[in-house]
Amino acid sequence: MSRHKTDLVIFSEILVEQALKKALARERADLINEVRDSGLKGRGGAGFPTGTKWNLAGAAQGERKFVVCNADEGEPGTFKDRVLLTDYAEQLIAGMVLAGYCIGAREGIIYLRGEYEYMMRGLQETLSSMRERHLLGKDIAGRKGFEFDIHIHLGSGAYVCGEETALIESLEGHRGEPRNRPPFPVTTGYLGCPTAVNNVETFITALHIVEKGADWFKKFGTGKSTGTKLFSVSGDCAKPGVYEFPMGISVANLLKEVGGENAKAVQVGGASGRCVARHEFASTIAYEDVPTGGSIIVFGPHRNMLQVAKNFMEFFLEESCGQCTPCRYGTETLLEGIKMLEQKKCPMKYLRELMALGETMQVSSKCGLGQSAPNAFISIMQNFKHEILAHPQGQ
Amino acid sequence: MPSTTPTQGLTGNDRAPLSQRRFKMPEIKNDKDLGAMIKVTIDDHEIEVPFGTTILEAARHLNIKIPTLCYHEDLCVAGVCRICVVELEGQRTLQAACAYPVTGPIKVSTYSPKVRKARRHNLDLMLKHHYGECYSCVRNNNCELQTLAKEYGVDFYRFGHVDQPHHEIDRSSYSVVRDMNKCILCRRCVRTCIDLQEVGVLEAINRGPHTEIATFNEMPLGDVVCINCGQCINRCPVGALRAKDPSDEIWAAIDDPKKHVIIQTAPSPRAAIGECFGLPPGTSVTRQLNTALRRAGFDKVFDTNFTADLTIMEEATELLIRLKKALVDKDTSVRLPQFTSCSPGWVKFCEHFYPEFTDYLSSCKSPQQMFGALLKTWYAERAKIDPKDIVTVALMPCSAKKFECNRPEMTSSGFKDVDYGLTSRELAQMIMETGLDLPNLPPSDFDDPVGEASGAGLIFGATGGVMEAALRTAVEVVTGVKTEDIFKNLDITPIRGFEGVRYYEIPIEKTAPVPALLQKALGVKTFDFLKGATLKVAVAHGTANARRVMEDIKAGGKFSEAHFVEFMACPGGCLGGGGQPIPTSPEIREARAKAIYAEDAGLEVRKSHENKHVVDLYKEFLTDGPCGHKSHHLLHTHYLKRGKRIV
Repeated sequence: MSRHKTDLVIFSEILVEQALKKALARERADLINEVRDSGLKGRGGAGFPTGTKWNLAGAAQGERKFVVCNADEGEPGTFKDRVLLTDYAEQLIAGMVLAGYCIGAREGIIYLRGEYEYMMRGLQETLSSMRERHLLGKDIAGRKGFEFDIHIHLGSGAYVCGEETALIESLEGHRGEPRNRPPFPVTTGYLGCPTAVNNVETFITALHIVEKGADWFKKFGTGKSTGTKLFSVSGDCAKPGVYEFPMGISVANLLKEVGGENAKAVQVGGASGRCVARHEFASTIAYEDVPTGGSIIVFGPHRNMLQVAKNFMEFFLEESCGQCTPCRYGTETLLEGIKMLEQKKCPMKYLRELMALGETMQVSSKCGLGQSAPNAFISIMQNFKHEILAHPQGQ
Repeated sequence: MPSTTPTQGLTGNDRAPLSQRRFKMPEIKNDKDLGAMIKVTIDDHEIEVPFGTTILEAARHLNIKIPTLCYHEDLCVAGVCRICVVELEGQRTLQAACAYPVTGPIKVSTYSPKVRKARRHNLDLMLKHHYGECYSCVRNNNCELQTLAKEYGVDFYRFGHVDQPHHEIDRSSYSVVRDMNKCILCRRCVRTCIDLQEVGVLEAINRGPHTEIATFNEMPLGDVVCINCGQCINRCPVGALRAKDPSDEIWAAIDDPKKHVIIQTAPSPRAAIGECFGLPPGTSVTRQLNTALRRAGFDKVFDTNFTADLTIMEEATELLIRLKKALVDKDTSVRLPQFTSCSPGWVKFCEHFYPEFTDYLSSCKSPQQMFGALLKTWYAERAKIDPKDIVTVALMPCSAKKFECNRPEMTSSGFKDVDYGLTSRELAQMIMETGLDLPNLPPSDFDDPVGEASGAGLIFGATGGVMEAALRTAVEVVTGVKTEDIFKNLDITPIRGFEGVRYYEIPIEKTAPVPALLQKALGVKTFDFLKGATLKVAVAHGTANARRVMEDIKAGGKFSEAHFVEFMACPGGCLGGGGQPIPTSPEIREARAKAIYAEDAGLEVRKSHENKHVVDLYKEFLTDGPCGHKSHHLLHTHYLKRGKRIV
């Protein structure tokens, strides 16, 4: 895939060894404050403030604590972590060391997506090389008494394991099913210990922030969504690939950059995200407007939006863990509804009922997967009602 | 050793995934600490609750009802059905009241439009996949899904309804029937099996709408390591799990004039069956039940407590023999502690999970099986009835008893000793069919020749009861001191209660001569060999607690030095058995226990060896005494080293 590199934040120059040395010479509280000041929010998509997370995990009581890197990049249409894991592994590992230092953990785990097994060797080599250079292990980067090491845990291909508590269940050897929250992993995570789970991109961004300062980072993005973000752009555009854009970029501008101006819709945030139609292209990609974990799928004018919705729904039906009622049977019921629409056999009244069911799923599912599963369905039905209902539906 | 109550015992073990375990919030010791008590507003009512209390618990304090389905008081919290969802001010998503701990001041709405809509939708989704007609369901009128559907005004199947069964009903087990067409995936059975009982034969497989509850490798239930305890049945909210019902066969036997149909009734059903007739838990209906059974057509109604007393005679003698062999003969092959063997669920648990310990099990059959063997030999002889025409039914609180009476070795009378194990629920159904108004029937006595038994046999129904009964006899026989002179009112309270594991020591200061009845079995004339010794006993109920004790014994801990351990497969003992009325909860089990102990306290004879019918039996029939040749043939058994390998 093509990488459209900029020198904004994530792809900007950094000397890992020096940055880490400098950081570890500082106080934990100071580093956490720096991250907090920067306004960095989780880059996996949920957007929880990273500084706050680290602060909570740091304050939690526990003999053992863990830093877990969520490298279970499974959202349809995202592939930005793949680039980071292959080309920027050293920065990622340094970012995890930094997090370990901040929260007082000695152990780190990279939960690697099952399909990324081929990266294992490269990552292991990077880990070994960093151990040799004393950037992992004991007395890291000259910081006496600070010890941290990382191992890699390979996932088994379940999308739901990208949800942090399901990821932890999977790490513990159980069926990948989300836990009840609270308590949150920051207090009760892996093996019941305080655990900070962050996305690949978050660790790398945090390293840059600590090196270059919160103020530098805040120059990018909007007030509520600071900094830049990686985007995995695919679909009907001239230049698909991985991009770094400042947060707050409008959908229209993004499309211009990637050569997708004539798109009729853009799925922002993957299957669990929202389908933005042409008349909404002025909206911005930011936590306060249209949030994303980085997946941008462009749909050209010839695309059948009902098929798009069907594709996403099939995905969720396949990936629902089956634990809670609304997600287990809601996904199936919505998919059946889509099939009825396809056959022009969905009465309007029933479609309204399905939309309401979608809302129920959004508010009453146990985890983020079920809560976001109907997003695509709802936004497509709202935005493309005329296209989908072009022919009258029978009774 | 953790000493835990049945419910508390759930939180700390390693088997259940954390996703299904109730989290312990960090405890705030001092009430006066900042944040220890938190103000919660639920539907405009305010309450202060300790940090970590769930919304559901807080609401119950306020008498506000939040509907639940996957929640069960005995089990860890799953939070999966999403029926108990409530709205929290300032939060976009609804929260499961059963799983959400209060950690800061919150305002909760339990029936806002958003909440009502979500509950109704989730109910509709469950109904979509719940196959079956209420009329033909064993749980008709006692079904949590049915109740919810009524409460939420379900008047049509909004998202459709499954009209074909997709699963074959699994009838392979002698005890438990699984009809997965009715399963709503609340996973209470999974949590019961993995977490409450630590057996672990049930687990969720597949994902999304294809999720189902299955056994290992989807084997028939009869072929896996299921111990038949039926605790899953008691906690299933719908009719997906039920006991194998023999009532049609029993009716057929009753209706057959050639058959002499005998029913023996165990103590626990008598203290619980009233619940099926609208009586509050803890109402004993022993004597009304006798009348009902006779009117229903049983030819004889006997009291299982008679053979409970007999079990005590045999089991206590066996223990004394083991002790004598160990202490006097220095026989190193003797296995101590001796384990009780009257709970067939526990016996199978031991055979599967601790096969190397089957020699520790008492060789005594359970009271049910002893009775069966005697009915088709001694009673048949006395009553001059051909044993092939005798049909023996056992009213039990238990689903595992159905398996037990089908064990191939349980035929020492030359026939199947007990023909049918019948649960409290099934008998209630049979009585309903007759139209008899059980609570208001005139009371009547048990039939002779065994009549009323002792209170010791009666308390077998509660956890610790077998041990207490054994001690009432053993202490008196060994020391020559009346047990009531040592324990006030004959109540051995230290081993009563619901603590998961209990341990007790009794120093033996005085010894007496061996009674003539036991001299042959023991081969000594006095109990001097026990002088100065300390008798150590323990009690465990629920197989999770049994596992605790067994692991301790394996590790050579305190329990390995005990002499006698009572194990009951079910939480609470038989009164919480898998054949008892549904629902069950700690309070219900406590009420049943109270009824049993109260009935015992009111009896004249409360020690097994003072049961004159038992004394007579040894005079007339088992003439070579307890653990003698004849008793070995009829009243004792052997065990299989099953292990976890399943074919």
